[in-house]
Amino acid sequence: MKKINLNNLSQKRLFWPIFILILVTVYNIFFTNGFTKIEIRDRHLYGMIIDIINRASSLMIISMGMTLVVATKGIDISVGSICAISGAVAASIVGGNVNGIAEHPYWIAVIAALIVSSLFGLWNGFLVSRLGMQPMIATLILLVAGRGVAQLITDGQIITVYHKPYSFLGGGYLLGIPFSIYVTLLILGILILIMRRTAYGLFLQATGINPKASRFVGINIRNIILSVYIISGFCAGVAGLIISSIVKCADSNNAGLNIELDAILAVTLGGNSLSGGKFSIGGSVIGALIVQSITTAMYAKGVSPEVLPVVKAIVVVIICLIQSEKTRDFIRTAILAKKEAF
Amino acid sequence: MKPLKLKQMNSTIYITIGLFFLLYLFGCIRYPGFSSPQVFCNLFIDNAFLIVTAVGMTFVIITGGIDISVGSVIALICMVIAYLVEKLKVDPVIALLIALLIGTSIGFIQGVLVQVFKIQPFIVTFAGMLFARGMTAVISTETINITNKFFMNLANARIKLFDKTFIAPTVIIALLVVAVSYYIANYTSFGRCVYAIGGNEQSAVLMGLPVAKVKILVYTLNGFYSAIAGIIFCLYMLSGYTLHAQGVEMDAIASSVIGGTLLTGGVGNVIGTVFGVLILGTIQSILSFDGTLNSWWTRIFIGILLTIFIFLQNILTKNRNKVA
Repeated sequence: MKKINLNNLSQKRLFWPIFILILVTVYNIFFTNGFTKIEIRDRHLYGMIIDIINRASSLMIISMGMTLVVATKGIDISVGSICAISGAVAASIVGGNVNGIAEHPYWIAVIAALIVSSLFGLWNGFLVSRLGMQPMIATLILLVAGRGVAQLITDGQIITVYHKPYSFLGGGYLLGIPFSIYVTLLILGILILIMRRTAYGLFLQATGINPKASRFVGINIRNIILSVYIISGFCAGVAGLIISSIVKCADSNNAGLNIELDAILAVTLGGNSLSGGKFSIGGSVIGALIVQSITTAMYAKGVSPEVLPVVKAIVVVIICLIQSEKTRDFIRTAILAKKEAF
Repeated sequence: MKPLKLKQMNSTIYITIGLFFLLYLFGCIRYPGFSSPQVFCNLFIDNAFLIVTAVGMTFVIITGGIDISVGSVIALICMVIAYLVEKLKVDPVIALLIALLIGTSIGFIQGVLVQVFKIQPFIVTFAGMLFARGMTAVISTETINITNKFFMNLANARIKLFDKTFIAPTVIIALLVVAVSYYIANYTSFGRCVYAIGGNEQSAVLMGLPVAKVKILVYTLNGFYSAIAGIIFCLYMLSGYTLHAQGVEMDAIASSVIGGTLLTGGVGNVIGTVFGVLILGTIQSILSFDGTLNSWWTRIFIGILLTIFIFLQNILTKNRNKVA
């Protein structure tokens, strides 16, 4: 009885991502010092778990946008550059006044940054859906040019922002919990609601599974594809604001560097196929948590930032091997062969 | 059916070649001194490593895969050679052989993970990219300069073509790689199988082609090519450093695509890729000839020019198809 249940369970979409997250967490509980410790200091929650979720928030948000793009057989490798642009726009609007006086109100900076990043998303979507460019190449253009645009906005300087509200998004607390977690949950909630409760979610999935058939059914797949890139740009913009708020400055060269790769990794670890079709936003969020848990655990172990990629690469390969159907087949046949031998 | 398809492939190449000459002509008219034959030769000297790695990338993309590990592998090869020759005083020839072996094995392992375990190429080579870059840091986080006689002589050697115009030996290596690759792609059963896999993998399997073997070999070949590119890059930079060759994978993919390779697989040509590299190289020399542009303008201009090229190619190929 129990065995059948387990088999059914392992067929579920989110089984493997959750299983791996539990595996990584169990490792952390036993081998990472102070992992489970959560304490209340100044009415704020502190602890490594809170830290992981907080640090992962920008990655989670980008992964959500990326999931939708990947669902349409696309890929968006420009998100890191859009992060840099978003931070540059916000920081240059608020300004680097040493006394913490903002040149323009903070909320204008936020809205402007989000509009600019959505426009860059629109540009990606236009190239892919209207001109029929291959997604990777279309977004490659912005990957190359985007950091240049960000430097152009900040005039090649790193703008340090002393305005107090600026650091709230990435470093502030609300009811004892980091504010960025609320932002992440809000975006997650909205996206899941749209995907589950509106026709748009259905159309998006149909487009990913079979674009031709969807077009014959009457779905405007060009607009669907356009929209996912806008959402991805928007998400990257939010993440860019959080990243620049954590470091309290806009660093065009390093903000969100290589985050596109981590996001794609998170999407894949979440059980989504890069060849499109069915997708799970929740899976990608779990994937992002896995990526961040590994990173934090390695830093806690004292692995240096330069060497970290080696460990990460090995872990990625192992996780992919666990998820691979082929490995499970090998194991299954091995077990069967053993049983027959008896 | 078949001659029609060949015709379409050829037309893409002509467009790429035409665009290259147009861009080059623009440089010649705009900047005095650009028309010197040495500038043309420098295109090859500066981009020899990119030509080699982009050609390897073309094979991978034709099968419908992708390899984003090449930049890191080039950095790793540089570092390995520098470390072996400078710190361990290993014989240069043995160091080169070890470098080739490392590149090829990384390619082979990636191929096995992609083909046997069915993990997506993007993820496998992403892991490869992290691994190679990390191993570079494990060997040394500081720059290792190469002062070995053998390497210095090889790096500074120049082959005179005609008066005052010269090329480096690395250019010969790169052109040799291109020639061999052209032969492999067009005149061997391996090459035809590569195109067949990209066209439709299932059909290729049903036709009885050795799909698994060829796919693993393609990644292995690309690893070998990245190792050669790494050696060329090492001769160009004469040092090993963790941040060498960052973003080269994107340059290689871009040149492949400008050269007419489709990322969906099945379509592509080695010669087109070479011209793709030359186009990127020409953009860079035009920007350096201009000299008044900030570093961020360089990035933006490359982005804009990339857009224009892909855009033009899209329109031109679409029109050709309609006529055909």
